[in-house]
Amino acid sequence: MRLHSSDVVRFAWGALRGYPTRSVLMLIAMAIGVAAVVMLTALGEGARRYVSNEFASLGTHLLIVIPGRSETGGVSPGTFMGETPRDLTLDDARSLTRSPGVRRVAPMMVGSANVGWRGRERETVVLGGTHDMLAIRHWRMAQGRFLPRTDFDLATPVCVIGATIRREIFGASRALGSWLRIGDRRFRVIGVLASEGRSIGVDVQETVIIPVASAQQLFDRASLFRILVEARSRADMEPARRFIVATLRERHQGEEDVTVITQDAVLATFDRILGALTYAVGGIAAISLAVAGILIMNVMLVAVSQRTAEIGLLKALGATARQILSLILAEALLLSAVGALTGLLLGELGSLAVRHAFPTLPAWPPWWAVSASAGVALLTGLLFSLLPARRAARLDPVLALSRR
Amino acid sequence: MISLQHIHRDFRVGDQIVHALDDVDLDIAAGEYVSVMGPSGSGKSTLLNLIGLLDRASAGRYLLEGEDVTVLDDDRQAWIRNRRIGFVFQAFHLVPRLTAAENVELPLLLAGVPPAERGKRAAAALRAMGLSDRAGHRPDQLSGGQRQRVAIARATVTEPAVLLADEPTGNLDQHAGQGVIEVLEALNARGITLIVVTHDSAIGGRARRRVRMLDGRIVADEAEADRAPA
Ligand SMILES: Nc1ncnc2c1ncn2[C@@H]1O[C@H](COP(=O)(O)OP(=O)(O)OP(=O)(O)O)[C@@H](O)[C@H]1O
Ligand SMILES: [Mg+2]
Repeated sequence: MRLHSSDVVRFAWGALRGYPTRSVLMLIAMAIGVAAVVMLTALGEGARRYVSNEFASLGTHLLIVIPGRSETGGVSPGTFMGETPRDLTLDDARSLTRSPGVRRVAPMMVGSANVGWRGRERETVVLGGTHDMLAIRHWRMAQGRFLPRTDFDLATPVCVIGATIRREIFGASRALGSWLRIGDRRFRVIGVLASEGRSIGVDVQETVIIPVASAQQLFDRASLFRILVEARSRADMEPARRFIVATLRERHQGEEDVTVITQDAVLATFDRILGALTYAVGGIAAISLAVAGILIMNVMLVAVSQRTAEIGLLKALGATARQILSLILAEALLLSAVGALTGLLLGELGSLAVRHAFPTLPAWPPWWAVSASAGVALLTGLLFSLLPARRAARLDPVLALSRR
Repeated sequence: MISLQHIHRDFRVGDQIVHALDDVDLDIAAGEYVSVMGPSGSGKSTLLNLIGLLDRASAGRYLLEGEDVTVLDDDRQAWIRNRRIGFVFQAFHLVPRLTAAENVELPLLLAGVPPAERGKRAAAALRAMGLSDRAGHRPDQLSGGQRQRVAIARATVTEPAVLLADEPTGNLDQHAGQGVIEVLEALNARGITLIVVTHDSAIGGRARRRVRMLDGRIVADEAEADRAPA
């Protein structure tokens, strides 16, 4: 004898509605568990994506050359002599372009200066850069062009400004073509950067960018802040790093006095840490699902003993042990499914609220957490109702019917 | 139809053994109307449960419609309960959340009968009980007599060969009990084998064959073929 599955579902649904309090309680427990998994993993995943995006805005396959040796325990003769490390120069930067694995090299200077135009004035960060900086940094232009492609040594009096500077200094006036005073020199504005995020702590919107040679003159300094090097591919990064170290050692009389940071290594570490955090948080939330499962078992046991007479009756009417089993399991499964669905909905709503409250945090629940929490909910519902269902299937109909 | 041969049913209570049925022999032909009476604890319900395959004998043979049912497995016994046997209980045992019609449909649902046909047959069974206008009512919206008639409709919807009633009037007043007994007798008149367990000698006395039990044994078995149902 086979029950129609639609009959099983309808009967189970009726049984659940017959005991609304216990059904709703179980549903809530299940929903909370699932919602917790979805929301917490969404937060963890959001944090991971946030960090990834921040790093990605710095550029991919990027190597950063910093003057000075900052290795732990690294003691160079210069440290004892109280010498400052040897400066990085434009010639150093130029020497780094001579490697097949290197696509772009951008020497960089940083300083601050007063900028002004027609009486409006403010102090701001001035970056000395080159044409390739645009590509390396993945910046985009709002108006005009970026610095022209020239030799590193050429001090052209042109500048590119960030969106905030444009607004504060030029207001409604046309910025392109105007002469901006930076320190005691004048630079023609040839471009405005599209408003974008920040990198290495500097808000791009609040910077003014001039050719690196002009920056050397402006700040009266030859030493570079750092050199950005973009490798052709991920595979080229390690050879490029070795090339940079070897070339600069040779140029600096055999002394290894620079530090090369690869962005990918830092990013990978963060990615790993935050990924593990997401799993851990999801796992902890999954415990609440297991708790919900135990609650389901308890409630189903009560349900079975509450309905002893009904189960006895079904047996008297010709229900087989398997039919009783499937009816009780269907009840638990149905409840878990509705609970899981409610939980998914709540979790998605919660994630939506988080994204609304913190627009920079991409708190989307990962697909594996959504499917795993729903799956675990159904599985716990099934597993923990097996015992009560078997108990029901084994009930002695005579005893079941005589108990009042 | 029903043939019990040297049936024993023992219950172990602690280290004591209770002989609920003690070497019972009973043959009932198709279409008979049998009442079972006797003092409390004499084994009446045990006998009825055994005939209805809700319980298994400790020893002895039981032939139902010529088939030895003592050797059948649980699923096969369930099948026979579903198709060949109808139960009517003292406590009605209707599922409270289901309507009268849904309660009557239950045995058909378990048999896998499609919904449309189920509805038709349940409606017919309720009509036979004079309850067509109560089909959509839940048990708590029905009187005791009506509830028991819904239970009878449920017991007969699969058109079983045997109808087993354990104190069917036990929870009813005189008038409602009378109505239920008349319904059962009408079913018997149309051919169903009817076995009624009762304490009420007025009701038991109406049966054409009256079995008396004491301490797990049948102590009297009198038939009056000439006595027609009142
Ligand atoms: N599950 C059981 N375990 C132990 N003893 C039982 C069990 N079921 C019945 N008995 C015993 O078997 C005997 C017969 O019980 P049964 O229920 O058949 O009596 P009855 O004639 O139906 O009584 P009543 O008129 O009170 O319903 C009683 O002594 C009872 O205690
Ligand atoms: Mg009894």
